[in-house]
Amino acid sequence: MSDVFDEEALRAELAEDRPPHAGPWSQLGAAVVTGAIGAAGLLGSLGLGLGQLTAPGPGLWPFVVSVVITTLSMVLALTGRHGTDTERFSRASVTTAVAVLTLVLLGVALPLIGFEIPSLLLTFVWLRFLGKESWRSSIVISVGTVVAFYVLFVLLLQIPLPRLI
Amino acid sequence: MDFLTPVVDGFGVVLQPTNLLYCLIGVVIGMLIGVLPGLGPAATIAILLPITYGVEPVSAIIMLAGIFYGAQYGGTITSVLLRLPGEASSVVTVFDGFALAKQGRAGTALGVAAIGSFIGGTVSIIGLTLLAPVVADVALDFGPPEYAALSLFGVLLVATVGNGGRLKSVIAAGLGLLLATIGRDTFTGASRFTFDSLNLADGIDFVPIAMGLFGLGEILYNLEERHHKVQAPAKVANVWPSRQDLRESRGAIGRGSVIGFILGVLPGGGATLSSLVAYAVEKRRAKQPSRFGRGAIEGVAAPETANNAAATSSFIPLLTLGIPANATMALMFGALLIQGIPPGPQLVSEHPDLFWGVVNSMYIGNILLLIMSIPMVGLFVKILRVRPAILAPITVLITLLGVYTVANRVFDVFLVIAFGVVGYLMKKSGFEPGPLVLAFVLGSVMEKAVRQSLLIFGGDVSGFFTRPISGTVLAALVVVLALPGVRYVVRKQAQSRSREKELV
Repeated sequence: MSDVFDEEALRAELAEDRPPHAGPWSQLGAAVVTGAIGAAGLLGSLGLGLGQLTAPGPGLWPFVVSVVITTLSMVLALTGRHGTDTERFSRASVTTAVAVLTLVLLGVALPLIGFEIPSLLLTFVWLRFLGKESWRSSIVISVGTVVAFYVLFVLLLQIPLPRLI
Repeated sequence: MDFLTPVVDGFGVVLQPTNLLYCLIGVVIGMLIGVLPGLGPAATIAILLPITYGVEPVSAIIMLAGIFYGAQYGGTITSVLLRLPGEASSVVTVFDGFALAKQGRAGTALGVAAIGSFIGGTVSIIGLTLLAPVVADVALDFGPPEYAALSLFGVLLVATVGNGGRLKSVIAAGLGLLLATIGRDTFTGASRFTFDSLNLADGIDFVPIAMGLFGLGEILYNLEERHHKVQAPAKVANVWPSRQDLRESRGAIGRGSVIGFILGVLPGGGATLSSLVAYAVEKRRAKQPSRFGRGAIEGVAAPETANNAAATSSFIPLLTLGIPANATMALMFGALLIQGIPPGPQLVSEHPDLFWGVVNSMYIGNILLLIMSIPMVGLFVKILRVRPAILAPITVLITLLGVYTVANRVFDVFLVIAFGVVGYLMKKSGFEPGPLVLAFVLGSVMEKAVRQSLLIFGGDVSGFFTRPISGTVLAALVVVLALPGVRYVVRKQAQSRSREKELV
């Protein structure tokens, strides 16, 4: 059915939004990562014991699954090099890295100093530096968000979030 | 008319004020996220999972279902007005929807889409009402081998029919199955892949995986700048379609309902595929196929009807067999488990209030959506002005604080972050997170079924093929998997034949 309508035009249209694809090495890299997980699964399940088909051990099922993963990863490594479905990392990917860092910091700070200050900082950083919003709207929205969360979670739903106040 | 009693009782459940409210909340959220490009229904449902812990099961599922089919309505609006599909299932609507909008008939397109969605949804609910109890009744006799075959069918079909490369999707599904084995083995009590961590002793919970891969992963992916050509929304005037528009789209709506209903039931089908097929069918049937892409009203009516019909009918395999047909249904599966209600054939008989409450809530939800899509469409168009940069931090906070509240464990917060990064990397490297989550959900069901079957068969694997139902399911699976290969060979032969003709 896909050949009936103008799929090419649509693909091109949507592809404009995507960064350039990353080439054969990324495909190989992806295959190596999944293959390694499969291999680790193989070793792990052998260690657990396969048992027999009449009396399956704890390792039998993960073993079968790992065999599938490893085999298909090898197929991917051999045949998938010309795939164009990977995306190159660009300067914009730094934004994502910074974002993840702020999330981890929130996770670390949450049990120590409660949710208010970390949440405020996180929303502010995302708005002002990652989202390039103006100073004023960044401050207003981040304060508003945290207040709304406080009212909703703490006052209305009375959920035991770790908190300062 | 005995079988009608629980159906009617179901309306009693829906019409309780709280359930009506949750239905309204669900469809409004669905409509909103459908309008906002970026966050899809699967991500939204994943992010809202923690909220469902404190809610009655019926209300929770009514709300989540509303989000799912509400998003199908909302996705149309951005497709037509901005040429930007809000949801994957509205991609084909872009062609004729935007062409109509350029001709100043955006209102007509939206109106026909809303009416089509309503009819498609309603037809599908009626089909669901009639078909689901029958399927569930048959499925009550299913044993472990049937479940093993069905869940394998579900996982592989979702992996191969879904978007993204087949190979990568099956690998992702394999990883999901492997993740599901972490924790205590229910048969032998052995700890598997826990690395002596107490946090992993009972396995990984479904909620952080879904929230990370679908929710956070999608947010992180969208953070990278995308160069959308942002267009000013077209003016919406005259949302009521004329009588002639309705007459022209009548056939398309009818066929779209049927196509959507059938494809929605099949694993891996769902809203996206059915909208593509419905569009293709209309174009093939049309006397002047060249009209398509230039503002043919059928090109909007058919896919929008079909995606809504499919969204509804994809509940059938989940509610009757306990096999989710697509990634969003996998989340529903998880949501039901959270409520302590395992989805399966016994759902209709053991929890009739939940089953019929949810099914009947869809009538109400579709009426609410029709009201919101036609007279209130201007309001939703205004929401398009909210910038993604403002929504991102708010959704992130909801996700992280939400997952913490599930068990008051900081470990879960880090788990969501980790799976968020995994989800982001998967999307970057061309893997779809959908098959992984679906396989994770079905993983324990599948392993249990396979091992019980092996015990029943006394270790003889051929038993899966000799039992009538599991054998049929597996045979169907082989056919479906072999189909693309066969088609490829046939096409190659046709090509070489035509080349020979040219030479002659």
